[in-house]
Amino acid sequence: MAAPVSVHLEFGGGAELLFDGVKEHHVTLPSQPEPWGMRQLLVWIQRNLLKERPELFVQGDSVRPGILVLINDADWELMGELDYQLQDQDNVVFISTLHGG
Amino acid sequence: MCQVEEDYQPKLQRPEEHSVSRKCVKCKEELAAVLIRAGDPYCRSCFRDYFTHKFRAMLGKTRLIFPGEKVLLAISGGPSSSAMLSQVQQGLSQSAQKKLRFLPAIVHIDEGGALGLSLVERQRLVSELQVIFRASGFNFYTIPLEQVLDLPSSVVNVAPPSFDQAPDSYKAAVDVDLQGAGRDPQQGGGVPEPRLDESQTRSLQQLLGSAATLTARAELLSTLRQHLLVHTARTRGYSKLLLGESCSRLAVRLLTCVSLGRGAHLAQDTGFSDCRFGDVTLVRPMREFSAKEIAVYNHMFGVPTVIIPTLDTKMPEKASIQRLSQSFVSRLQQDFPSTVSTIYRTSEKLQTAGGGCSAQDGRCLLCVCSVDTAAGKASALQARLISEQLCCQEPAGTVQVGPTPPAGQCCSATDGECGRPAGGAGCCSSHFRAPEKKELQKLLCYSCQLILRDMSSVAHLPQYIVAEAERRKRRSLMKDEISEFLLEEEGSS
Repeated sequence: MAAPVSVHLEFGGGAELLFDGVKEHHVTLPSQPEPWGMRQLLVWIQRNLLKERPELFVQGDSVRPGILVLINDADWELMGELDYQLQDQDNVVFISTLHGG
Repeated sequence: MCQVEEDYQPKLQRPEEHSVSRKCVKCKEELAAVLIRAGDPYCRSCFRDYFTHKFRAMLGKTRLIFPGEKVLLAISGGPSSSAMLSQVQQGLSQSAQKKLRFLPAIVHIDEGGALGLSLVERQRLVSELQVIFRASGFNFYTIPLEQVLDLPSSVVNVAPPSFDQAPDSYKAAVDVDLQGAGRDPQQGGGVPEPRLDESQTRSLQQLLGSAATLTARAELLSTLRQHLLVHTARTRGYSKLLLGESCSRLAVRLLTCVSLGRGAHLAQDTGFSDCRFGDVTLVRPMREFSAKEIAVYNHMFGVPTVIIPTLDTKMPEKASIQRLSQSFVSRLQQDFPSTVSTIYRTSEKLQTAGGGCSAQDGRCLLCVCSVDTAAGKASALQARLISEQLCCQEPAGTVQVGPTPPAGQCCSATDGECGRPAGGAGCCSSHFRAPEKKELQKLLCYSCQLILRDMSSVAHLPQYIVAEAERRKRRSLMKDEISEFLLEEEGSS
């Protein structure tokens, strides 16, 4: 059983428009048998936080192309992308790069 | 050899090199924080140096902005333009040698009226932006898009550049600047915005509402915005307008332009500098930064941005050509990370044929690019026009019946350009007559004709466009009349 994990989520670049304009979310993921990875986090976000237009945030297993994910201020591609295992007090930022200007 | 069951899949998979700790390729000491260009990990400080260096090099290499020149930064509040503002701020405060040497000011166009935002919402967004602008210390102007309805018709005309911009004079200008005493620091402050008028907002919304498709509406909005920006730059003496379009955005713009029939103007729409307006040059210094680099930079170094919704925010993928192109490119980029840079490199190679920045006649009424519809009889354009005529089943040569002009000298109300007796054929009493779509089409380039075709009525077009269309029509009629008396151009006889 994995202990509950508390993570700090941030949405920027226009992605916050899908979350009622709220940019920062401090969430505690409930404990569950499998450890929390990015895959499960995305499913959890889609179910609990995403207010509208899921297809603009999630595509299949991963985020929609154009959404940049930073885990603890580092590119998630350097951390293993979807295979990264979340740790307590991690900071995950989702920035939409499509709404540029 | 190719076989029936050969499996090509392994070749297309991305290399799986996800090691948890990778060193920065530049300094080889720190842990990498971001992957640039699909394969180069950079640490935080090397990334900042890379970003800053690229911006300065872009401006320095092209030698387009002269020392002491007044430059207008078009800031929408989005990530790219905010990053540009932050870079300009940093660049101006550096040590003398590598310092940026121009005089910037900021302009922001408030498009809330076109998007149907409430007045309260618009004021909130603008005041958030003004906090950022005030912190920069530059002069700033926030102008509502409704002002575009009051523009003079000179905005769609090409004006000659105001001072010498030859490449050799750049070096001389830098030397002079280095020797000269320090310039007085700018006051920095806002110009009070004009009050918003409800009726103007409604007219603007009617104008945009008359475009049936989101594609046409978006193009029309961006044309109006461009006119307003150029007018602001012209009237306040700015010779350069810096736009914050990133590499990713320009790659999407390139594909969109081709789809919209703007292929002939690609070089101007996506190039580093765009001199179609003559005296005001549009410059795109963020051209080499991908959207990812900008987003990471903004996040890591706390660049403030204000996200303002646009016409296609939260729209489905197929809502417009612009949206579709963007989704196509970003999806392709996911699997083939060199997509955007390949498109970008292609756009770099494009140049305007025949010194396009100098031709005065034959400019499109809306986008001020050269009118490219003078194709020959056997062209695809001609075929399309013929089939359109056949569909509409209009007899050729229908005579336009306009209102009867007042008796006496024609054009007494206007500037007397016509000078013909009243009631003469082709008289220009049309100051109060709504423009005909057909007449306007002749003055537009191919893609602007398509926009016009999507509009249900041209009655809502701003006065300056209508007036300019009239003026050009009069001139071409006059030219036809006196054509036999004009001296031939050299080399044609």
